[in-house]
Amino acid sequence: MKERYEIILAGSGGQGLIVCGMMLGEAAILEGKNVVQTQSYGIASRGGFSKAEVIIDRDEIIFQQVQKPDLVLALTEEAMEIYASGSPEIPVFYDTTLLKTRSGENLYGFPFTEMARELGHTGTANMIALGVMSAVTGLVKMESLAAVINKRFSGKVAEMNIKALNLGLALAAK
Amino acid sequence: MSRVIEMARLMQGNEAVAEGALAAGVRFFAGYPITPSTEIAEIMAERLPRLGGKFIQMEDEIASIAAIIGASLAGVKSITATSGPGFSLMQENIGFAAMAEVPIVIVNVQRSGPSTGMPTAPAQGDVMQSRWGTHGDHPVIVLSPSSVREAYDLAVRSVNLAEKYRVPVVLLMDEVIGHLREKVVLPSPGELEVVNRVEPDVGPEKYLPFGAGDQGVPPMANFGSGYRYHVTGLVHDPKGLPTNNPVVAEKLIKRLQNKIDLNLDDIMIDTGKNLEDAEIVVLAYGATARSALQAVKDARKEGIKAGLYRPAVLWPFPQQKVGALAENARAVLVPEMNLGQYRLEVERVAGERTRVVGVNRVHGELITPEEILAALREVHKHDARS
Repeated sequence: MKERYEIILAGSGGQGLIVCGMMLGEAAILEGKNVVQTQSYGIASRGGFSKAEVIIDRDEIIFQQVQKPDLVLALTEEAMEIYASGSPEIPVFYDTTLLKTRSGENLYGFPFTEMARELGHTGTANMIALGVMSAVTGLVKMESLAAVINKRFSGKVAEMNIKALNLGLALAAK
Repeated sequence: MSRVIEMARLMQGNEAVAEGALAAGVRFFAGYPITPSTEIAEIMAERLPRLGGKFIQMEDEIASIAAIIGASLAGVKSITATSGPGFSLMQENIGFAAMAEVPIVIVNVQRSGPSTGMPTAPAQGDVMQSRWGTHGDHPVIVLSPSSVREAYDLAVRSVNLAEKYRVPVVLLMDEVIGHLREKVVLPSPGELEVVNRVEPDVGPEKYLPFGAGDQGVPPMANFGSGYRYHVTGLVHDPKGLPTNNPVVAEKLIKRLQNKIDLNLDDIMIDTGKNLEDAEIVVLAYGATARSALQAVKDARKEGIKAGLYRPAVLWPFPQQKVGALAENARAVLVPEMNLGQYRLEVERVAGERTRVVGVNRVHGELITPEEILAALREVHKHDARS
């Protein structure tokens, strides 16, 4: 497993990217890692380009911004255009429900939103994405993400998010 | 799972400020929400009523600072939070708090300016305003954190300093630190030093509300506790009554400033890295200090003897320290997200002894470690030539 990960979660305001980044960060803290999470967004609370960054490191994190991403999640065409053109070694996960399908060694397209809708709530799309991203790259353990879900949510909401996480895990096995 | 991991949590800078203020004993918040400080008001609105405190959303920032001055006079530790546009509106009453010696803390999470600027973009453009935004010679203490944990610590310290010296304290945050989430382990309540204002040890009939002893800080009687006295923004005598007497006036204005100037050792906080043999000193504060620290580490790998000096208290200015650093450094580099506000102050103290160079950005983006490293290389090359 790598010592340091720099992750970009990009899309538009209201897609839950910041919460997604927070949950990823909280999972890494459970594993004893250092974490910083930053956000940048425009003046609108819905719509407009929005981005959450997460850095996970065994060592102290000095500069808090992502400089060389190891992993990208893109949830809008705009975000995809910014990050897919980067280095071909950087895995970019994207939502084929929202974006047109692309081909590329480093591009991982899955219908996150459609799967989430089938599960019962489109809000779980990010959790499916976190599941597959973590399973493919070893970012954080599934148990850590499950622990964060159970800490944040309870009852049916927690249950649905755990299901979403497992859907992500299953995608990675394919 | 180890205890440290159990205690560790992901916390936002603005959240840390709110929690720090509460831990220091703040029980009143009046404010008008503004990006990028809004989370502080949101958290205070939720937490204060549960702690027996009060939260009021006021009609504007002028009313907000007026309300916390009133609450503080009544004996409750009080705080407000805002950003540039609101901070501008608060200036008049910052002067009133300085003159009437009312302990208050104003959190200013800076954003790009002037005017409404870029609401979500980081900047350090309020450095001079935080010192000189209100008119007249006046005391003020300004602190600037570089991490989430430090935001918590300095929030506690801001409240403590306000209480101890009866001055307005500005917690000058960067948008980046306000919105940064970071792993933190907070101190347990017993580890914190919490300072309360000194109350009078004489009865109401003998009490002089502005009669200070050797310490320069008069004991403060809370309104409603049986002590009646006059509070004014006019120059006043030890009883609090207005006067134009030049002897009284000069004594008062000097005493107000001396509360800071005679207690610098108690007030100042700073940190350094690799300063022992530094030929080029990078002087940076707030979020920029994080970029600067990375740049200093990278420069060392290239054989450039760079060091970082980071004041966590911006005002009063760390005059002695900067003077001493200037003696041995060939250059001082001052990166700032403004056009050189703090650099001018560094030049005032260090300019005759060494070269002072700015790295300045006002485009709403952070200064990166690469940009500071590039400037370090440039200064290094320049020195090698001359």
